Amino acid sequence: MRTIYFILFKEFRQIFRNKAMLPIIFVMPVIQLIILAYAADFEVKNLKLFWIDKDQSQLSRQLLSKFEGSPYFRLTQADMSREAAETAMERDEVDVVLEVPAGFERDFLAEKKTQIQLTANAIDGVKGGFASAYGQAVIRDFYGDFLEENAARLSWQPPSGGTINIASANWYNPEMDYKTYMVPGVLALLVTMIGAFLSSMNIVREKELGTIEQLNVTPLKKTHFIAGKLIPFWAIAIFELAFGLVIAKILYDIPMLGNLFLLFGLSAVYLLVVLGLGLFISTVTETQQQAMFISWFILVIFIFLSGLFTAIENMPPWAQQLTYINPIRYFIEILRSLLLKGSGWAELQQQFYILLGYAVLINGLAIWRYRKRS
Amino acid sequence: MAITQRAAGEYAIRIEKLEKRYGDTHALKGLSFSVKPGELFGLIGPDGAGKTSLIRILGTLVLADGGYAEVLGHEVVKDYRKIRQKMGYMPGRFSLYQDLTIKENLNLFATIFGTTLEENYELIREIYVQIEPFKNRRAGALSGGMKQKLALCCALIHAPEVLFLDEPTTGVDAVSRKEFWEMLGRLKSKGITMLVSTPYMDEASLCDRVALIQEGEILQVDTPDAIEAAFPRSLYGITGADTYSLLLAMRADERTASVHAFGDSVHFTAKEAISAASLQSMLSEKGFADGVEVKEIRANIEDCFMELMSGGRLADEEISK
Repeated sequence: MRTIYFILFKEFRQIFRNKAMLPIIFVMPVIQLIILAYAADFEVKNLKLFWIDKDQSQLSRQLLSKFEGSPYFRLTQADMSREAAETAMERDEVDVVLEVPAGFERDFLAEKKTQIQLTANAIDGVKGGFASAYGQAVIRDFYGDFLEENAARLSWQPPSGGTINIASANWYNPEMDYKTYMVPGVLALLVTMIGAFLSSMNIVREKELGTIEQLNVTPLKKTHFIAGKLIPFWAIAIFELAFGLVIAKILYDIPMLGNLFLLFGLSAVYLLVVLGLGLFISTVTETQQQAMFISWFILVIFIFLSGLFTAIENMPPWAQQLTYINPIRYFIEILRSLLLKGSGWAELQQQFYILLGYAVLINGLAIWRYRKRS
Repeated sequence: MAITQRAAGEYAIRIEKLEKRYGDTHALKGLSFSVKPGELFGLIGPDGAGKTSLIRILGTLVLADGGYAEVLGHEVVKDYRKIRQKMGYMPGRFSLYQDLTIKENLNLFATIFGTTLEENYELIREIYVQIEPFKNRRAGALSGGMKQKLALCCALIHAPEVLFLDEPTTGVDAVSRKEFWEMLGRLKSKGITMLVSTPYMDEASLCDRVALIQEGEILQVDTPDAIEAAFPRSLYGITGADTYSLLLAMRADERTASVHAFGDSVHFTAKEAISAASLQSMLSEKGFADGVEVKEIRANIEDCFMELMSGGRLADEEISK
């Protein structure tokens, strides 16, 4: 017992004597939460609209004013020429081109069938998708309003009972505030990075400096050594999570509906997975550089497949399958649903058991790999 | 205290036909020797001779590929735990925590061995008092000599019965080297068995017995005196001439068996017995008459090492055959 206490004492001392450590612990979360939460903004506003009106009718102007009234579109250019529109799109000056053909109003009133062409710049797929979806929504809206106001002028019968109107409501995040969605994810990222990087680098550093050798010739128990390495970073990462939550509350007023004790309990298990991963990496590498690259490589894959940036449902099926072996996925699920939805033990126990299994597996592997002699 | 409880084994360290390979490199080619309890034993050889590999195998850090090794009667693979309790190990590179202070390093290693600084203070006192004024300074900020003293203190903190020192004096100034060997001498008087490796031939004379090793093989194991006395031919020291041109001239002569530069003198042996006077005339022939002094000298370890390296044999071996 005295040994483990002393080893822990030594580790904490060394950690806090490292000049880079305090900034990492206190500055990194603030910066990440501020920058990432704002920069990872998927909302699309102010789409630049190029307007080709070959009809020049009352109806086409009504359509234009609908677009102008939408917060998503901003009319930047108008011209009669298709070529001009295409040049502008090539120069990236416009995001959406809307072309109203000649005879639009006449055909619409007389034959109930007409066409408008909406072209979206899909260099940025997300933006293109939004542009086309928003554009369609505006046109649908325009159509609905038109039917109500101009029923008398039509030479055809509008569908009785009105059109099917799909109204969507965004549960757990009613205002579709992406920050509410992003911040728990960024917190997960933060805790993961602290855990994986610091633990793997720390042990490899001992290898680099040769100090591990001096410990290896002592009767120090393997479990004591490993506990001495895991516990400090586990404590720091838990502290980091608490600190991050406070910042999230102050800066973004993130809802915290679930039980925070449960949150910390589940995070504690998740951290065992991350620290175990760091430990395992340190057993297979010889230098801090190698450890850094391998940790980074694994984390980047895990982060992209975590559902932090891209919703898992939007991934191709094979990638969705891969996310099932990604511990970060489960932790992000836990954070999001516990904070935003108020999920409790009943909903999160599956994630808990998966993470627990992972923790046992990876730590077992790491301890098995860690040898006091070559 | 641990010292008095030592099992009265015949050997403190015993190795037989020890083999170690690193890929294509054959680092240890079946070494055998043994060290008696309380002996200060030197492993003398140039860089790459296999000294560190040998010490790391005995220190239970590396597994040998063949042969047998035991420390204090414990086999190094099976009973490594027992060995780790009773041995001190000082690696060639300073391997203590640079970001911990002297005091913290000592306390850490004391705790790991389940002891305290106070308990074995007597053993390290003489060394520790020299660094004690800086006990709150971080190890990384110490001078080379102080680091070395701290490392020795840490290796001794649990009163080991056997101490492995891997090139403790490499890269250390002459004064500190001397001081360090004096410390080892005092530890020897306390009954600790020590295995010290060094590339410095002049340190051999400070050991009870030495093993000369070269490219993974043992050339000779004996007391430094016996090794020196066994030098097979008369050895002459030539001083006062231009070393380089003298070396060239003598090397070209067919009567020469060996000629090496040692500082400002040249050590010379002839294939057939030669007197100091005839050597003097041989030198005059070659135009090295002025101010050149020839003296028959006793061979040192380095002369013996050179002799063995160049395929020669020392006398006692020839006698025994």
